[in-house]
Amino acid sequence: MPPKYHIHTSPVAARFQAITKSGVIAWEEGCLKCARCVKKDCVYKVYEKRGIDARQMLESLDSVCMDCFRCVQGCPNKLIQKGLNPSYKALGDHYWTPEIISGLWFQANAGRIPVSGGGYGGNFSGPGFDAMWTDMSEIVRPTRDGIHGREYISTTIDIGRKVMALEFDNSGALSITPPPIVEIPLPILLDMLPWSPPRKGINRALLEAARSLGTFVIIRQSDYDPGMEEYLPNIVLYIDGKISDIDPAVLRRLRLIELPYGKDVIASQKVLKERQPGLVTIIRMEISPDSSGSILQLTAEGAEVIHLVADEYGNEYGHESGDGKADKPLFIKERMREIHLHLVEKGVRDQITLIAGGGIAMAEHVAKLIICGADLLSVDIPLLVAMECRVCRRCKEGIDCPVELEGVDPVWGAGRARNLMAAWHNQLLEILGAMGIREVRRLRGEMGRAMFFEDLEKDIFATMGRKG
Amino acid sequence: MAKVTDTLKLPEVKKVLSRFRNALGKYRLTVSKACNNCGLCVTLCPYGVYKAGSKKPRVAAEHLCLGFPCSSKEFHCVSRCPEKAIQLSLNPSFEILGDRRWSADLLASAWHMAETGEIPYQGLNYKTGNSGGGFDKLRFIFPRGKALDIPDEEVSTTVELNRSGDSRPGVSISVPFYFGGMSFGSVSIVTILARVRAAVALDTFCCTGEGGYPEELIPYDDHIITQVATGLFGVREETLKRVRIVEFKYAQGAKPGLGGHLLGDKVTARVATMREAVAGSALFSPFPFHSVYSVEDHKKHVDWIKETNSRALVSVKVSTPTDVDMVAVGSYYAGAHIVQLDGSYGGTGAAPDIAKKNIAMPLEYAVPKVHKFLSDEGIRDKITIIASGGIRSAYDMAKAIALGANGVCLGTADLVALECIRCHHCESGRGCARGIATTDEELTKLMELEWATQRIINMYMCWRSQFISILKRMGLRSVTDLVGRFDLIGHLDYIKQEDLEGELEI
Repeated sequence: MPPKYHIHTSPVAARFQAITKSGVIAWEEGCLKCARCVKKDCVYKVYEKRGIDARQMLESLDSVCMDCFRCVQGCPNKLIQKGLNPSYKALGDHYWTPEIISGLWFQANAGRIPVSGGGYGGNFSGPGFDAMWTDMSEIVRPTRDGIHGREYISTTIDIGRKVMALEFDNSGALSITPPPIVEIPLPILLDMLPWSPPRKGINRALLEAARSLGTFVIIRQSDYDPGMEEYLPNIVLYIDGKISDIDPAVLRRLRLIELPYGKDVIASQKVLKERQPGLVTIIRMEISPDSSGSILQLTAEGAEVIHLVADEYGNEYGHESGDGKADKPLFIKERMREIHLHLVEKGVRDQITLIAGGGIAMAEHVAKLIICGADLLSVDIPLLVAMECRVCRRCKEGIDCPVELEGVDPVWGAGRARNLMAAWHNQLLEILGAMGIREVRRLRGEMGRAMFFEDLEKDIFATMGRKG
Repeated sequence: MAKVTDTLKLPEVKKVLSRFRNALGKYRLTVSKACNNCGLCVTLCPYGVYKAGSKKPRVAAEHLCLGFPCSSKEFHCVSRCPEKAIQLSLNPSFEILGDRRWSADLLASAWHMAETGEIPYQGLNYKTGNSGGGFDKLRFIFPRGKALDIPDEEVSTTVELNRSGDSRPGVSISVPFYFGGMSFGSVSIVTILARVRAAVALDTFCCTGEGGYPEELIPYDDHIITQVATGLFGVREETLKRVRIVEFKYAQGAKPGLGGHLLGDKVTARVATMREAVAGSALFSPFPFHSVYSVEDHKKHVDWIKETNSRALVSVKVSTPTDVDMVAVGSYYAGAHIVQLDGSYGGTGAAPDIAKKNIAMPLEYAVPKVHKFLSDEGIRDKITIIASGGIRSAYDMAKAIALGANGVCLGTADLVALECIRCHHCESGRGCARGIATTDEELTKLMELEWATQRIINMYMCWRSQFISILKRMGLRSVTDLVGRFDLIGHLDYIKQEDLEGELEI
């Protein structure tokens, strides 16, 4: 039994006051000066902790208030109200919602799973990942020691090409050389960011986080500097320049390298593998309606790993051209299912590793995309959010970052990113545990253990209201 | 069989005001300094919004205000005020109340029903929430010209729970619902007693949850369901023998496949004694039953209860996995009388958000799936299906029954009647700041037993009359006639009024 994978967490405080959903509005005018003011009775001692954050002009009581409404309902002159915070509503966009962003902040702060009382309060379902549910088992859980029984749920996955059978010569010795494989204890790679302020500090924070998590960060060749040398065992170098420009000393220490998809990509893979046989190469491909055909061909030509990337909303590329294939870009989950099933049908799915990324915003997306056929995921924007990014995208326009991410302290940033990944890891364990599955490798493609909105609606509701 | 005495012992509705000085409503009224204290508004308003004051009238109950539609009435205070001193606006705090499932309107409606026993008139949507699917998009199909013009007393709301045909006594409830398990520890003793006493008054049941059987409940034994869950907290032979129904909790909708967790803060000396544990230390209820790894093991469990208590019915509470229909068959095979399908919106003292949102299927799918499967297997008539987890209104209840349940099990709605505001912080620190889900001595005192009992009774008496109206409008005389009537329910995305002979409405 391998040692238990454990991510060390400890609370890492935010640098800025969090933007909370609601604010407390308390008027002074008209106050009756009651002998026993409702503010003194606050269960959470919010008013005692009151203070103003000079930097942001936010009242601290907004962030400690738990919305019990006791003061609102108790003040004899109704001088206290709660109101929706407009800055909260303005966070992110339709996909990176305020709820998602504030949830990520909580996890990065605390390193814990978000837990709450009361029932679920969200939508029935929604687009994309919100249109599926995962299974549970009434009587099976991986170990017999209940909620502590996580010791043996493995989240380890392998990156590389696999041979379908071993071959031996007459003397009984292995006659083939199995291709190299990289094993990581968490099915998540830290990806390049679609946008960010100048990212030297951010990259350093991610590298530090990846090292402690035992995973990798994808670093652009153009971003690489000799100061990153100590992190080489945790770097996937993304070749955005020439292969010939890679320093041989760097190449020797790399285990994973990523190439952009293009017509010469297999030839480039060959060149690299000749120089460094132990290297596993990943082909980065924008997800599109042509993906499954391209992947099938690449697999036949010897590709090891394909990294499928969607845009930051999880949508596929290749629709702008108006090729008439589909009106709406397909969401990554749908395309992933199609690709996975296509490769299964052709009998080659197990030969290659599929990484998927783009639009991965919550822990549940990790489990769901693996169920839809990915071996592992790549995550980008949430790592930035862990460092307090508000997804305002001002950096894209060259405007200063409101949370000063350019000058981020790498140790602080790494702690936040690690906390977030620890919380995601624990949530993945919750999903696996509920399903009675003891390793994440077995979750891949388990679509029979998931429930899809479209199928259920068709089975259950579509026929109702009709006679007979 | 419908009871002839159905309505004879129904409890009385009595007005019970909010515990808090300012009840929360949709509108906000302010009386400015221009007021000359003529008192006209006090006499005009038929809803009792104003109370006379020494300098100016006091807005004592703005939650009872009719709001903007009042402008067409002759008692409209805003326009009739000689000094134009009254201003009506939307209550800004109302905007942040509630969530997609329990909208502010639903919360305020429940509070209104708990206060008055009547359907709200303030323009609140008391029928659906804003979740955008499931119950919130299901509508009834009322056949034209079938509505019954009969007194409510002639409509039966009685549900027989023992349908197995075995030799155990029949157990019936006079309303198509009972109250689900909330353990001593997760909620205060006042909350528990209020729910139990309301159950007695309504001639139904209330489940203890997994926290033992407090002595205070002994007088109500005949209306208690005692729960046997995976932690076996407080389960004793004597408590199993006291009751008419014993419930096995395999899983809980809010955290399917995960265990329970009572934080150390809530484990007071009394809670600890009840659970035979140590005060201050967190208690885990593991998942799953470590003695059950097959349907055969499950049967053994049911047999154990039947052996211990020869008159008790056995209920099995399960969550809603992909194969929920097979789970229900397994429970039938094991000899259960009731299978309770607990959907994923159900309440909890604390659960991971990821579980609530993503694990297991919504109740609205699970109930018809199980109903159809058991019908096809020819055993539907032998077992009672109870739907739970997210029933917010009489309308949800009627929909769940039309989808195939015999009745429903309620929990969160009871707490809302007690002025739960759904802040989702039941788990933190001393527990519920409103004194409902807490064992903190000081906070527990925020609620009185008589008040709480009557609030629950009022709300459910109102539900009952709404439910009867739905049945009558459908032309049905009994709740049993509604079970599994897929022809009387339609989903807005798949059916249009023009495809139908009846009225697609709510």
